[in-house]
Amino acid sequence: MPKMNMARALNLALKQNLASDPTVVVMGEDVGVDGGVFRITKGLLEEFGPKRVMDSPLAEAGIIGTAVGMAAAGLKPVAEIQFSGFTYQAFHQIEQNMARLHNRSRGRYKVQMVMRAPYGGGIRAVEHHSESREAYWAHTPGLKVVIPSGPRLARSLLHAAIHDPDPVIFYEPKAIYRAFKEEVPEEPEAFEIGKARVVRVGSDITLIAYGAMIRPTLEAADDLEETHGIRAEVIDLISIWPMDTETLAASVSKTGRAVVVHEGPRSCGIGAEVVARINESAFAHLEAPVARVTGYDIHFPFFQVERFYLPDSEAVVESALEAVNY
Amino acid sequence: MPRKTIVPENTVDELSILDEEGRADAELDPKMDRDSLLKVYQAMVKARTLDDRMITMQRQGQMGTFAPGRGQEAAQIGSVYSLRPTDWFAPSYRSFGAQMWRGWAIDQLMMLWDGYFEGFDLPEGINDLPFSIVIGCHVPLATGVAMAQTCQGTDSVVLTNFGDGASSEGDVSESLNFAAVHNAPIVFICENNGYAISLPFEKQTKIKSIAHRAPAFGMPGMRVDGNDILAMVSATKEAIDRARSGGGPTLIEAVTFRMEMHTTADDPTVYRADNEVARWTARDPISRFEKYLLASGVLDASIKTRIASDVDEEIRLGREKFKQRAKPNAQEVFDYMYAADMPPELKAQKNEYLRKLAARLAGKKLTPV
Ligand SMILES: Cc1ncc(C[n+]2csc(CCOP(=O)(O)OP(=O)(O)O)c2C)c(N)n1
Ligand SMILES: [Mg+2]
Repeated sequence: MPKMNMARALNLALKQNLASDPTVVVMGEDVGVDGGVFRITKGLLEEFGPKRVMDSPLAEAGIIGTAVGMAAAGLKPVAEIQFSGFTYQAFHQIEQNMARLHNRSRGRYKVQMVMRAPYGGGIRAVEHHSESREAYWAHTPGLKVVIPSGPRLARSLLHAAIHDPDPVIFYEPKAIYRAFKEEVPEEPEAFEIGKARVVRVGSDITLIAYGAMIRPTLEAADDLEETHGIRAEVIDLISIWPMDTETLAASVSKTGRAVVVHEGPRSCGIGAEVVARINESAFAHLEAPVARVTGYDIHFPFFQVERFYLPDSEAVVESALEAVNY
Repeated sequence: MPRKTIVPENTVDELSILDEEGRADAELDPKMDRDSLLKVYQAMVKARTLDDRMITMQRQGQMGTFAPGRGQEAAQIGSVYSLRPTDWFAPSYRSFGAQMWRGWAIDQLMMLWDGYFEGFDLPEGINDLPFSIVIGCHVPLATGVAMAQTCQGTDSVVLTNFGDGASSEGDVSESLNFAAVHNAPIVFICENNGYAISLPFEKQTKIKSIAHRAPAFGMPGMRVDGNDILAMVSATKEAIDRARSGGGPTLIEAVTFRMEMHTTADDPTVYRADNEVARWTARDPISRFEKYLLASGVLDASIKTRIASDVDEEIRLGREKFKQRAKPNAQEVFDYMYAADMPPELKAQKNEYLRKLAARLAGKKLTPV
């Protein structure tokens, strides 16, 4: 199996789907000639031509609105928003068309499309290029929201998103686009949307994370085991909505403790939903309150100090110890 | 007549004063005095020199991702030249030449581009908005500021600049409409530098000139040679005067070229040919102006050398100051969130943050509380 980073794995998923399905189209700012500012769409214009791979004018509402129209007419658009910080320019199109058209046409029109966008901090970027606002979309009925944490998963998850009959928000943790490589099989594979994955088995506490936060969370699990003899189970949430309550409940029923980790602001964030689900499904097994290690309720700081904002493994260890010693 | 061609009320003029050899159209020459000409020339040289310096600093790891403005010096300084300090300037992110003219210090701009929040401390004495990284997002804001001038009966005007790419954003079209409907005292400058990252102007819009949008929204438009400082000064002065005297908004398209990469993170060779850049080098705004100044005796070799060394020295000092100031300050990230007292939840988060910050700065492990 070839080894590749997440950027290339995403490119592979797009390429294979463009090749196998003539209704798949790719659109967005700089996705054609330039191959995208992160090179995720590199080479696609050359291979599939300008009718399938479209450079859009600089207008996010236009990109998403027209993508929904294309989907209604039978295409499967994969629309890129250059950074998640510019999805707000398309907010009304996402809420009012992308999330609703299927419902308000009483099932006549499917909105089989994907909105891809890089999100998250850690790359020393200018203002508006580092936030994590997946909660907006998880809060919007009618959408699905998924986030990969590595190359192989990214490829199979994007494949699944393109094949999903409903609109999918696909957030890409840009900090790990090129951070590491994994073996990715040539044959397409699909990761079922709606499922979480246990990425490390443990018995004492459950750590729940997704996206770029998986790596510090796994580091924290190592540290907990090596330094404190605590065996942490780590769950990669992957599917933010729908959320895999079953996997969360099964793990917490076993460990009795949990910490949820994300970059986005704490209040009304994804962590709050995870805590609620655990309360509803595994309350009787809880030995300690479920803790949140998250970004703060402030605008993402300028990059010189972003490292103090982002959750790191130490913060996860600290919260885990608090939960264990509760 | 059941069918006829109708034309909008407003028209679009094209304006160019300096030719490529630096010869001015005698009738159109705004005839600025010697001091003003030299001041403008120095500002353009300063913008260009700082540009080069910032790219070098970025390449040496001493600066964050930076958006150069090479080639757009005339468009930028010409735009803000006739503004009063009490007027408002709402810049896009590629505007540091204009920002320096308005009074932004070099160290301040370096702080901004190198990821220090303190870079957003606005200079005293001018009414400027922080620059906008989000394309087109500041244009409705600028329009609102202009509408407020009418409501409050001031004689201040607003000037905002944005790119050819930005012209596609709904924010910009909505602003043009609001400004026209409310007869707001605002000047819109679209710096058409040929590209929005990789997308050439021809793929951004089907119209030949952004200025053609002006009559469609009910305001005068002007397509100006943006590499011609005299034309930029004349056109914006006319628009600013009109706005100030109650004549409403104007849309000016400054036709120019982005000589450098989009930002230091970009590789323009992927999407444009060298000969296109070479074509525009012949129309360089600084060398054209220089020829004009030399021919008219305002500039000579020794003044030119003096200006170059003054600029170098100013940038050197600015950079020194920047280096002294450039210490990450993580203490303040909560402090400007609300004008009112911080809500209790946020205060608690701030305390938690500061506790963790102190441990990290001291290189200590976090200990559970
Ligand atoms: C709303 C929004 N969408 C996308 C981007 C990413 N982006 C940054 S600059 C740019 C191109 C801007 O082109 P233009 O308006 O012509 O200005 P120029 O860069 O040429 O000065 C894009 C797409 C952004 N910053 N904001
Ligand atoms: Mg441009």
